[in-house]
This record gives sequence, C-alpha cells and structure tokens, in this order.
Amino acid sequence: MRFVLRRLGFYLLAAWAALTLNFLLPRLMPGDPATALFARFRGQLRPEAMQALREAFGLTSQPLVAQYFTYLRHVLRGDLGVSVAYFPSPVSSIIGTGLVWTLFVAGTAVIVSFAVGTLLGVAAAWWRHGWIDTLLPPVFALLGAFPYFWLAMVALYAFGFQLGWFPLGHAYGDDVTPGLNAAFLADVLRHAALPIGTIVLATLGGWMLSMRNTMVAVLGSDYVNLARAKGLPPSRVVLRYAARNALLPSVTGFGMALGFVLGGSLLTEIIFSYPGEGYLLVQAVHGQDYPLMQGIFLIITIAVLGANWLVDIAYLWLDPRTREVS
Amino acid sequence: MARPAHPGGLLSAPSSHRSTGARAWLEAILRDRKATAGALLLAFFAAVAVTGPLLVGDARALVAVPLQPPSMAHWLGTTGQGQDVLAQTVVGTRVSLLVGFSVGVVVVFVGSLVGVAAGYFGGRVDGLLSLLFNVFLVIPGLPLAIVMAAYLPSGTLTVAAVLVFTGWAWNARVVRAQTLALRRRDFVAAAVVSGESSLRIITREILPNMTSLLVAQVIGSSVYAIGALVGLEFLGLGDVSAITWGTNLYWASNDSALLTGAWWTYVPTGLCVAFVGFGLVMLNSGFDEITNPRLQMERAWRAHLQAAGQPASRSTPVVGHG
Repeated sequence: MRFVLRRLGFYLLAAWAALTLNFLLPRLMPGDPATALFARFRGQLRPEAMQALREAFGLTSQPLVAQYFTYLRHVLRGDLGVSVAYFPSPVSSIIGTGLVWTLFVAGTAVIVSFAVGTLLGVAAAWWRHGWIDTLLPPVFALLGAFPYFWLAMVALYAFGFQLGWFPLGHAYGDDVTPGLNAAFLADVLRHAALPIGTIVLATLGGWMLSMRNTMVAVLGSDYVNLARAKGLPPSRVVLRYAARNALLPSVTGFGMALGFVLGGSLLTEIIFSYPGEGYLLVQAVHGQDYPLMQGIFLIITIAVLGANWLVDIAYLWLDPRTREVS
Repeated sequence: MARPAHPGGLLSAPSSHRSTGARAWLEAILRDRKATAGALLLAFFAAVAVTGPLLVGDARALVAVPLQPPSMAHWLGTTGQGQDVLAQTVVGTRVSLLVGFSVGVVVVFVGSLVGVAAGYFGGRVDGLLSLLFNVFLVIPGLPLAIVMAAYLPSGTLTVAAVLVFTGWAWNARVVRAQTLALRRRDFVAAAVVSGESSLRIITREILPNMTSLLVAQVIGSSVYAIGALVGLEFLGLGDVSAITWGTNLYWASNDSALLTGAWWTYVPTGLCVAFVGFGLVMLNSGFDEITNPRLQMERAWRAHLQAAGQPASRSTPVVGHG
C-alpha cells in the first residue's frame, strides 16, 4: 500500500511539473495566443481589443504568482482556457470530443503490441536459434526504424487506396448510427484497424526483444533448471516459472513506452484523418492555437500518468517482493 | 517504441578501455557482421550527405509537371510542385543527418552530466536529480516538444533545442545506474582516498570506463533524434522552406499526395529514415555483442560445443565477476 501511495505522490508531482511548465511557456516564450488571434483577424480588431484578449487568455498584468494561482484554480475546475482557432469555445469541450478516440486507438495498440510482442519473445527464447528467434528480430527492427506516421502513409496507400480493404479515414462511416449496435461497432473496428495495425507493427519488436533477452537469462537460472528436473511440463516451466519473472523489466518499460506510443499515435491519426487529439493537434499547430495545444499536452500527460500508476499496481501484483517490503 | 533497455549491460573490465582508440573501434566493428553491415549503411548515407547535393543540382528548381510518377528523366518522379523527388531526398539527407546526430551527441552530453552528478554525489543531489529526470521520463515528450516548438520562432535550431530538452532524461537514468556501479569499484575508492578532486575522478576514472556505454547511448539517441525531428518537421514545426526529410514529408502531405496516390513523394524519404535508423541499431547491437562479456562468452561457448560435435546448449554460461 505504501508503495502505491508513494508512486501516486510521484505522479502528482509530475502532473504539477507539467502544469507549471504549461503555465510558464506562454509567459517566457516569444509567441502568445492573444497576438496570434489578433493577427488572425487582420485589422478587424482595434488595438484596444488586444488588452481584453490577453486577459481572456489569462495574461493579465497581475504579478506572476497571482496569475499562477488563478491558473491552477482554473485547471482544477477543468477550465483549460479558450481556443484561438475555435474562438471563443473553451478548450476543454474541444478536447473532450477527441479524447475517447485517441485513448481507444493508442490504448488498444499498446496492449495488443505488448501482449503479442511478449509472447513472441517467450517463444523466441524457448526455441532459441529457431526461425522465430532468427528471422523476426531483424524484420521488426527494420519496421521499428520507420516513423509510425510513414508506415501509416504506406498502409493507407496499399490497403486503403490500392486494395480498398479498409476505409481511407475517419472513425466510422456516414451510413451507421453511433450507439451500442453491432453495425456501428464493426464499422469502428474496421476504421481503427489500420491505425492500430501500423502502431502495433512498429512497436512489436521492442517488446519482443526485451522479453527474449530477459527470458534467455531467466531460463538459465537454477530454479528453472530445478523445475525442469522435477519433470514439470514445459508449458508450466516456461509460463509460470520463467515468463512471470522475465516479465518484470517489460512491465517497468511499459509505463515509459506509453507516452512514446501516444505521441506517435497522434501523428498516425493525422494520416488517417482520425478524429482524435492528433487531428486537433495539427489544426492547433497550423492555426497557432496555443491554448488548444497546451490543453492537449496536459490531457495526454494526465492520461499517461494515470496509466503509469495502474502499471505500478500491476507490478505490485506480479512481483511479491515489492509487497513484502511495504 | 520501447527503447532497448540494458542498464549496466555494457560494464567491462576497467583497464581494457584505457588503450581504446579509433583503430580498436574499427577492428571491433569489422569483427562483427551486424556491425559491419550497419556501418556500411551509415557510410553510404554519410557519403550522400557530403557529396550528394553537388551531384543532383538545384533541388528547388521546378523541373517538370507536378506529381509525375518515376520515369527515366526523373528517377523518383516529381513533387506536387514539380520538383525532382530524388534531388530533394538527396539534399534533405545533409541537414537531417547533421541535426539528428548533433542532437544525439548533445542529448548524451547533457544526460551524462546529470547522470554522473546524481550517481557520484549521491544523497540529496541524487534524490533531486533523479526526481527531475524521472519526471521528464514520464511526461510524454512529443506533445511537449510540439507545444514548445510552436511557441519558439520556427527554425531548425529551435527544433534541435526542443529535442534536447525533451530527450536527455533517458541517458541521465542509464548513466546514473552505471556510475553507481562504478562508484563501488576499488579503483574509484583508491582515487577518493588518495585525495583526488571529484572533477578529476569523474573525468579521469569514471567517464573513460563508460566509453562503450556512452557510444551506444549516442547511437540510440541519434535514432530518437532523427525520428522525432522528422515527426516535428512533418507537422510543419521546423523551417518549412528548408529542404529536409521531414519537410519533404510535410509538403507531400500538404500537396495531398496521399489522396492522389502519389506514393513516390513520400516512400523514398521514409525508406531513408528507416535505413539510417536500422543501420544505427545494427551498429549498436554489434557493439553490444563486442563489449558485453556475457554475449562474448556465449558465442565462444557455442563455437566450442559445435567444434566438439555437441548440440548447442540452451543455458547461458555464467561469467564470473571480480
């Protein structure tokens, strides 16, 4: 329990660091949202409006400390400011529409990739120098070297454009009604197949290699030899004795990989015109919509921190040693 | 993608690296097939980066009808603006590689500084620095990099600086772990007892014994940097008037190459990024096998078994430490 609370404390600290960074960026850096919006309206706004705009974005003439506490209060209330591109819609409502899609695509991709990659790693370590062990790692290493969004471009061209197996974009077609019906869910899966597939393909190799290497070391250890000597069935030795312990470093890496994959999946969404945060992000970049960009950064950070905490709890369940200490 | 994690994996005997020079590294690369292949791949791209722009002429020139598929006149076709794709890809190599490798080196420099300080001084310094890099590790890098790059004046230098800011933490973590391992060694203790200054111990005793780890880190960081650089430039956050791999993809996507099926505008660039990344990974895993005593022993053991006509054993021989 103490372990879980200590980790929670760390993630709260990390969240606070992200919030503070978010607060400082517009105040330290040359660009600012009010100027961007002012430029957007090209002379339709009078200079006096500038001051009002700055205040709307929280850039008041108050001392920095006072601004900081106002900012923290607003964020805790769920108020992330107003968007420039969709002025004057609040950022939180714009972000809310895309969040489900992003978490669905990136979450599914990470979990599938982790599960399949880890199993392949176990297989590669068990049948060492077999075809899984010799053929797959270089193939996945090459695939992993491509930028995700480039793999997405090629997948879109090959399977969407040329073969026509999958739709060219969006989360679901016009011909289905959103809701809990089979036709809609099937359509969502069909639309998500390529985005998820490309991320899985690009990230599989990392999980496989790390699991394989740990498994190789664990399979050589005495307790595994003892289990084998006792005549236990190989499946039990591999999965219950070796794999469970070999999984620990991968689980630690899982939390850190989440942020990396989420970042990459944002770019993938852009290729598939998938209506998640990535799509909003590119619009924000092109429209110099700073508050929207920062809101997306904050939401994604909080999602990653939360997921990391869940991973820590899973670690506790996997490794009894951490439980004994606390 | 999960970055390969091998904290402490490259630890080798303290004395063996004192005499390591460029020649020894070259010999080590040539001994390993994977490393040789990776090095050749990288040498090819380095040659393209240096001499290529002189050979292909002006990459900005509008030479033909836009979006033409590959032909004899334009081997890789033309872009949405009618520029030659081959020329753009070749010219883009120079800036992309230069920025990518520079960021890789600076990232490792900054990370090592923090990591060594944390591992060597321990105590409160370690607590504070470890907290700092752990926070940076857990905050998603790309969204942060995008926000920062958007606020700063756009340009290649901006993107490079942002990538260093968001990328150093991993190296700090690895170097800290390695420093902790070295800190306990007798030769460091001897240096401390003989009254040498901390700066001297760090630069003369600890860092030289991490050379192979640091080289591996530079390679890994360069892979990260090139990938992230291409990603940010693809979003239009770099200098969109420069010709780099990332901006090539940005323009391909802006000129709706995806919807018109103009694969030749983005496939060559992606292949270049991947081959450079793949070459770096091959070089790295080759180094790993050279410098990691465990893998070395394993290979020797297998060769020994095969020579004796025995089937290769599954277990890994244990290497004695000390």
